[in-house]
Amino acid sequence: MGNNVYIYILIMALVTFLIRALPLTLIRKEIKSPFVRSFLYYVPYVTLSAMTVPAIFYATRSIYSAAAGFIVALILAFMRRGLLTVAAGACIAVFIAESFLV
Amino acid sequence: MPSSPSDPLVNFKDGIRDGIPIALGYLAVSFAFGIQAASSGLSVFQATLISLTNVTSAGQFAGISVIAAAGSYLEMAGVQMVINLRYMLMSAALSQKVAPDLPTYKRLGIAFGVTDEIFGVSIVRPGILSPAFSAGAILIAVAGWVLGTFLGAFSGEILSAALISALGVALYGMFIAIVVPPARNDRNIAAAALMAVLMSALFTYAPVVKDISSGTRIIIITVVVSVFAALLFPVKGEEAENGE
Repeated sequence: MGNNVYIYILIMALVTFLIRALPLTLIRKEIKSPFVRSFLYYVPYVTLSAMTVPAIFYATRSIYSAAAGFIVALILAFMRRGLLTVAAGACIAVFIAESFLV
Repeated sequence: MPSSPSDPLVNFKDGIRDGIPIALGYLAVSFAFGIQAASSGLSVFQATLISLTNVTSAGQFAGISVIAAAGSYLEMAGVQMVINLRYMLMSAALSQKVAPDLPTYKRLGIAFGVTDEIFGVSIVRPGILSPAFSAGAILIAVAGWVLGTFLGAFSGEILSAALISALGVALYGMFIAIVVPPARNDRNIAAAALMAVLMSALFTYAPVVKDISSGTRIIIITVVVSVFAALLFPVKGEEAENGE
C-alpha cells in the first residue's frame, strides 16, 4: 500500500456523505411536478427489487438454499409479517435447507 | 390518512424497533467486511473506522479493494461516487418526506444514515418522517454495522460457515418485507418491482451489459424503470405519501 490509508478513508467518507447530504439539504420545498413525485414514489421499490433479484440467489453457499430463503421471505411478506419475522424466516429456511444440502 | 406519532420519544422507539432487524442483518454483512478488510492488510481500528464513517456495504468492499491495489485517491473518489450514487435518489425522495422547515443539522443527521435498509424503513413511515425515528434506526443499525466489522476484523471465524451463510439472506429478506406488502395494495408498485427484477436479471446475465458494475447497474435500473413507471402510472396527489 503506497498511499496513506487514512486519506483513503477520509475520501471514502467525504464523497459518500456529500452524495447523501446534498439532495436532503438543498431540496427544501415540496416538489410539485407530478412526474418527479411519481418518479420518487417508485424509486425505493425499484431499487430494492433490483438489488434483491438475482443477488439473493448468490448470498448463501448454495443456490437452492438461497431459493428456499427467497420463497419463505416472499410468503411471509405476502402475509404482511414484519421486517424481523421475514428476515429471520428467510435465514432459518436457508439454515434448514443447507442441513440437507451441504 | 394515517400519520406517524408526533411524540419524539415514540418515534425514537419506533426507530429502534425497526432498526433491530437491520442491525442483525448488518452484523452478518459487516462481519464479512471485517474479515476481508483484515485480510487485505487493514488494522482492526482502520476497518472499524471505515464502517463508522461510511456505513455502506458495496462502497466499503469496493473501497478496500482500491486500497489493497494502491489505487489513486481520484480513483477512490470516482468509485465511491458511482457505487453510492443511488443514495442521491434516496436522499431526494427523503427530502419530500421530512417537514419542509426541518433545520439543516437534522437533515445532515438523517443524510448520514441513508442506506438501502434505513431508507426502506423510513420511506414507508406514514406521513411526515420524524428525525427522532431516523435517530433511533440509525443508532442501532450503525451500532450493528460497526460491531460486526470489529468482530470480523478482530476474530475472524467465530461464526460457523452455516450461520454466516444463513445470515447472508437477512438483508434481502428485509428488502422483500419492504416491497411486497405495498405491492399487494398497489398494482403499479408490483408492476414497477417486476420490471426492476426482470431488468436486473437481464443486466446480470446478458452479454456486454453484465460487465457493468453492480452500483452502476442499480442506478441505471432505478432511473429507467422509475421514469417508465412515472410516465405509465403517474401517482395522483396524496397517494404519493406511501401510507399503508
